[in-house]
Amino acid sequence: MTRITVKVDGVSYEDDVEPRLLLVHYLRERVGKTGTPIGCDTSNCGACTVHLDGISVKSCAVLAVQADGSEITTIEGLANGEWHPLQQAFHSEHALQCGYCTPGMIMAAADLLRENPDPSDQEIREGLEGNLCRCTGYENIVRAVRRVAESGVTS
Amino acid sequence: MTATQEPATEFGRARPRKEDARLVTGQTTWTDNITLPGMLHINFVRSPYAHARITSVDVSGALQVPGVLAAFSGADFAEEQGSLPCAWPVTPDIVIPAHPPMAVDEVRYVGEAVACVIARDRYTAADALSAVDVNYEPLPPVLDIRTALDESSPKVHEAGNKSFEWTFANGDLDAAFRDAPMVIERNYRQQRLIPSAMEPRSVVCSCVGGEFTLWSATQIPHVVRLMLALVTGIPEQNIRVIAPDVGGGFGSKLQMTAEEVLAVLIARRLGRPVKWTESRSEGNLTVHHGRDQWQRIRIAAERDGHLRGLSVDLLADMGAYLMLITPGVPLLGAFLYNGIYKMDAYSFRCTGVFTTKMPTDAYRGAGRPEATFAIERTMDDLAAELGMDPLQLRERNWIRHDEFPYTTITNMTYDSGNYEAATERAKELFRYDELREEQEQRRASGNPVQLGIGISTFIEACGWAPSRILGQLAYAGGGWEHASIRMLPTGKVEIVTGTSPHGQGHETVWSQIVADQLGVPFEDVRVLHGDTLIAPKGWDTYGSRSVAVGGPAIVGACEKVIGKAKVIASGLLEAPPEEIEFSGGTFHVRGSDGVTKTIQEIALATFAAHEIPDGVEPSIDADATFDPVNFSFPHGTHLCATEVDTETGQVTIRSYVAVDDVGKAVNPQIVEGQVHGGLAQGIAQALFEEAIYDDEGNLLTTTMADYLLPSAADLPSFVTDRTETPATTNMLGVKGVGEAGTIASTPAVVNAIVDALRPLGIRDITMPCTPERVWRAINAAQQANGGAA
Repeated sequence: MTRITVKVDGVSYEDDVEPRLLLVHYLRERVGKTGTPIGCDTSNCGACTVHLDGISVKSCAVLAVQADGSEITTIEGLANGEWHPLQQAFHSEHALQCGYCTPGMIMAAADLLRENPDPSDQEIREGLEGNLCRCTGYENIVRAVRRVAESGVTS
Repeated sequence: MTATQEPATEFGRARPRKEDARLVTGQTTWTDNITLPGMLHINFVRSPYAHARITSVDVSGALQVPGVLAAFSGADFAEEQGSLPCAWPVTPDIVIPAHPPMAVDEVRYVGEAVACVIARDRYTAADALSAVDVNYEPLPPVLDIRTALDESSPKVHEAGNKSFEWTFANGDLDAAFRDAPMVIERNYRQQRLIPSAMEPRSVVCSCVGGEFTLWSATQIPHVVRLMLALVTGIPEQNIRVIAPDVGGGFGSKLQMTAEEVLAVLIARRLGRPVKWTESRSEGNLTVHHGRDQWQRIRIAAERDGHLRGLSVDLLADMGAYLMLITPGVPLLGAFLYNGIYKMDAYSFRCTGVFTTKMPTDAYRGAGRPEATFAIERTMDDLAAELGMDPLQLRERNWIRHDEFPYTTITNMTYDSGNYEAATERAKELFRYDELREEQEQRRASGNPVQLGIGISTFIEACGWAPSRILGQLAYAGGGWEHASIRMLPTGKVEIVTGTSPHGQGHETVWSQIVADQLGVPFEDVRVLHGDTLIAPKGWDTYGSRSVAVGGPAIVGACEKVIGKAKVIASGLLEAPPEEIEFSGGTFHVRGSDGVTKTIQEIALATFAAHEIPDGVEPSIDADATFDPVNFSFPHGTHLCATEVDTETGQVTIRSYVAVDDVGKAVNPQIVEGQVHGGLAQGIAQALFEEAIYDDEGNLLTTTMADYLLPSAADLPSFVTDRTETPATTNMLGVKGVGEAGTIASTPAVVNAIVDALRPLGIRDITMPCTPERVWRAINAAQQANGGAA
């Protein structure tokens, strides 16, 4: 067991974890952050995307011990009183159907807009390439991200 | 393109969804989020062989692992696990092999469960799998349905490799083909696909005092409850099935799975709640697959393009066992190979064949994408053979808008449609004529990047019902749908629906329907679903049935509520019930400007029950069940333009136009979203996806790195529009939209690729049309043409 200290959605935690414990399992089963789902076991789908010190990571590809000393934001910590502009835009543009990929998609999109606040549609598509959605065909996801970019309020 | 008849405040409105509030914030309850006190985790030991005899299973090693509470082999459950059901025995002499949830004597596909370990956490359960010792005696695999029926082929089951042969014929096929000026024959491959809902399957089961609660990532809680009772013998009333938020299905969660049955049996055996959640790799192996057919199509036509007859001969890969509707899937296409076209004769034959692979079953479209692909690909090829424009050939044969209702050669009666209107609109949006000109220029100039135009004027039969027809097709279940309306004392409304959404937005759309019917605010309506205790009756969600069958049930229940409320209102308004009128949520006496009562006031008055007329029950709640007289028939015209790089084989979709006629649209934004998602899956079959087994029967595409779901970067932006001919078989005029995009798009894309390459002599490319396959086809064609491009 290894002791780690992390801050998740603004709250500090200190836990003993197995060195092999995946960050996503730590978040879901130890911290109770079930808003971050698991869609695959090869880091292809991106459903488990969270922010690790402000940068998007697939939390199935990070060990909990690697997050020691870090600040993690999940979909549950994204709203600040009211919904984040991306949450609002995904709702308005019908950018989700089953919603399973949505937490990861929104977290990835937030990081995309941080890096590139005014992406073209093609840049949005390429920027979200690591997040798979089986329901929407991505059309409305692109629209939602573009809507936020055009609004100029990206966080 | 019918105008809306009445001013309706919610019908036709692009309402953002109620469901989203919990989904965009991460507050959802997926099955894998559920944790019960004392809950244990199940993990399965799965067969590494495609076909083998199990000679021994020793679980004692696993029991030594700290944290492991139990481990079982199939033999440990042999007396109680029963056989997984097949609800569609398509012929009287169909072979339905026993299908134990955990194999006992023999395994017949890689991934079949042979033992399980139950531990206090999922890591320990996974660790202990390697301590289970299973010995196998390998048997020869059976992998190719084209040779599986040979005498010399090894057998999957003792009874042989043929499950059934199902035939249908109408008209004089011999006459249609005899002396026909044009006959073409094509052989198409429908590759095996993996449905790939983003949420992996997950099951939680508790057993308290002989009463079971099963949470499952399923499309069909009602069917699962019934099937669990039939398979395990547990009394139906002691089983409650809950489908919480479910992360997509596409048919893959339309199943009674081995893991659901075993979770129930293990929970009972151990007296502790249990959970099983699959990994994606496990899911690719063991969630039922889709498609996997070889199609032989023969079509006879006149020189001017008029169709005479069509003959279809299918080999369909069942996989190792028949699951819930495995043998019925090809039949769902059997009545649609004729598409929207008139012809004199038709014959269909399908042979269901066993192999040592994961069973196939419903995947988005289920039988209808295969049929649509075959006829739409063939129409393009026939047009090329005749030297006609492929749209002109279709127009020459399709049912005209003034010919509805029209009974086709397959004895289906299409109630409504307008193929001319959809096609006209699609051509306009696509700039069809301009693209044809550009195609000519590129051909003339020898541009290495050729342009192709693909067409799909598709139709589908959906709205899974009517029960009577399903019975005639030997399907064991029904197809009606049920709804209840409950008026709460505060005037709010609960809809209890038998549909079970997993991304479709029923909570929003059903609220819209009821808001209009009862004249209550959209926000005042709550939709309850997906729990057999709360919503006890229904046939769930698949086959684009929910709005077309479940929607009218809701309307029927609302009409009964209004009828009952009128009686109560008559007492309060002091007028006979037949003089009470209802509009906009308010009851009033006909011809009187006086006192009115809102439906909310009636709900409260009914609750208090102080002034209920004599002999009237103090309730205005109502149930209704709807069973339509016919399927519904969405159709549309999809046009795809591809650029094909003849030097690299790379295919790029330049534009995609989808004009769909799904009848009336309750929520156009949700309809459009369904089309988008359907397009992505149909395009993916054309270009990217294929489940591949090697020569020993190992699945090579077990991960999302190997089985290529398209990303945002792989897909074009879609242009979509709708034309509207209302369905005539339900009062809402709706047809259903869940599968349309998937059914339509695959042939549109492949037609476009072949169209780009037709001058090279290329007539077909096997799906998925990867750059390598396209390049090889080009290369072979160039060799055959003497090296000239």
